[in-house]
Amino acid sequence: MTALPPAPAIETVPTETSESSSLWRDAWHRLSKNHLAVGGLLIVILVGFLCFLGPFFCHYSYEEQNLKLRVLPPGKAHWLGTDSLGRDLLVRVLYGGRVSLTVGLVATAVSLVIGVLYGAIAGYLGGKVDVFMMRLVDILYALPFVVFVILIMVFFGDTLRHFLIRHHATFAGSDLILLFGAIGAVEWLTMARIVRGQVISLKRQEFIEAAIALGLRKRAIILRHMVPNVLGPVIVYSTLTVPGVMLLEAFLSFLGLGVQPPMSSWGSLIKDGADNMEDASWLLIFPGFLFAITLFSLNFLGDGLRDALDVRSSKD
Amino acid sequence: MPPLLEVKDLRTFFHTRNGLVRAVDGVSFQVGKGETLGIVGESGSGKSVTCYSLMGLVPQPPGRIESGKALYEGVDLLHCGTEKLNRIRGRKIAMIFQDPMTSLNPYTRIEDQIIEPLLIHGLADRRQAVKMALEALRAVGIHDAENRIRRYPHEFSGGMRQRVMIAMALITKPDLLIADEPTTALDVTVQAQILELIKRMQQELGTAVILISHDLGVVAGFCSRVMVMYAGRVVESAPTEGLFYHPKHPYNRALQKSIPALQTKGAALHTIPGQPPDLAKTIKGCPFAPRCGFVASGCGDERPELIAVAPGHSTACLRVQREGLSI
Repeated sequence: MTALPPAPAIETVPTETSESSSLWRDAWHRLSKNHLAVGGLLIVILVGFLCFLGPFFCHYSYEEQNLKLRVLPPGKAHWLGTDSLGRDLLVRVLYGGRVSLTVGLVATAVSLVIGVLYGAIAGYLGGKVDVFMMRLVDILYALPFVVFVILIMVFFGDTLRHFLIRHHATFAGSDLILLFGAIGAVEWLTMARIVRGQVISLKRQEFIEAAIALGLRKRAIILRHMVPNVLGPVIVYSTLTVPGVMLLEAFLSFLGLGVQPPMSSWGSLIKDGADNMEDASWLLIFPGFLFAITLFSLNFLGDGLRDALDVRSSKD
Repeated sequence: MPPLLEVKDLRTFFHTRNGLVRAVDGVSFQVGKGETLGIVGESGSGKSVTCYSLMGLVPQPPGRIESGKALYEGVDLLHCGTEKLNRIRGRKIAMIFQDPMTSLNPYTRIEDQIIEPLLIHGLADRRQAVKMALEALRAVGIHDAENRIRRYPHEFSGGMRQRVMIAMALITKPDLLIADEPTTALDVTVQAQILELIKRMQQELGTAVILISHDLGVVAGFCSRVMVMYAGRVVESAPTEGLFYHPKHPYNRALQKSIPALQTKGAALHTIPGQPPDLAKTIKGCPFAPRCGFVASGCGDERPELIAVAPGHSTACLRVQREGLSI
């Protein structure tokens, strides 16, 4: 063991590959080998493109009614048919996808940021701070979710509308902003619990102690040693949150609290379709299919990301 | 010559639900430059907590350093604040841990971990640091370092990881290395290699070492001076030879009698009756008195101090100190 290999080998070290982003590059490398995950990613991107760019190329607008052409089956003029008010389903599905995807991603991002920060702080500080912070989470958990969201929507909805009126601004998406906020404010609770648990179990790991013993600052310890170790579960839970949030949005829209007609979302379209599925099945099939395929893809992508970010999962 | 590290009357208590646990209760010792100090004791005797206190690793709360000083180059490690401590730990005083399986971050390449101490203490830029890391890995006997350095910890065996830990701890050329049972989690053949490695690195770099162990054999072969701890206190401190050939404290003697390898085949294994005291209760007098074969009337009354009874050899046994009891 004392024998030293010849020295010249030093020059062969590729220094340009030794950047600290290596975890992400490795993760990407592993992800690209997972066909299901790559397929999922491509489909999500494709659906996203279609939804965000598609409506610009359609001849109809999502709110344009034509009462003479009600409940048309798919055909040449209206590729996916029309609904009970004679609106083109294709553009409504694409437009609804915009709303659903945005709500899903933004609300998840909101819950992710709040949840990860809150959980990490509670877990890392521990003690009384932790107890106080987590009891607050318990209380919020115990509140009936619908009541909570309705409260937020009603209370802040007026405030926001007044604010916009005062500033002579009109913004069609003001309800959407509220929706992001309301859903995000509810969905972060589980994330906070997950992250807190992870951080607590990490905190007493020897490599964290070793990092302290090396003289690292708290910030460096959290960023370099804690965050990568909690990423796996966080990402998996996030990809499960996106579909959950999309379903939630559909539910809220159904109650009249979410997306207001004539705007559409996949949730509201599916609901309309379900009401008419006996005589106009396409109203259910198309939005339902797109919704399902997007959720599937997100799940596969999340699974792949989890494996990709777990350095122990494969020896490439 | 002043000692490298001087610890005076260190007391680390844990305020738990079961009461106040006196994990370390008045420990004093010195480590000279390049010296090897062994700290021996059974589980819960306070040897790890002593070193954790020095490195600022005692979780507070529940732990608290109640009193004491740990002087390193005029800086009191116990009270100097995190900022100052961060400039010393990792750079001047390094530590390796018991379990190499968990003491490396599973999400970071060996390369990034091993150069971390160099980078955060500003001792080298990245390129130099990688170069030094390669040298360090070769020095601890890891072949094919150029490839291995790009790997993650799970791709290494336990012994290899401990080598990486040693390379990482010694890469800043610290004055003092604290090794907290570095071989406990490894199998016997690897144990010998790791100890041999620490010894060699110590000789090359002139690093002082504090070796914590519960294995008397390891300590005997490795250390120049040994400190025996019991119930959070030092009961005997002596040069290795003196400690093994002329044990003064009854606990030390009982420990040595309990080494299986030193007993005749077929004889019943010698054990120390009773159990170590509950540290949550106040101990009056000598903590070993209830289990001691030489206990006398005065032993349970006052706390015995650590007093030199021979050159360089001190013990905390009243009977040895007063009556010159030879055991």
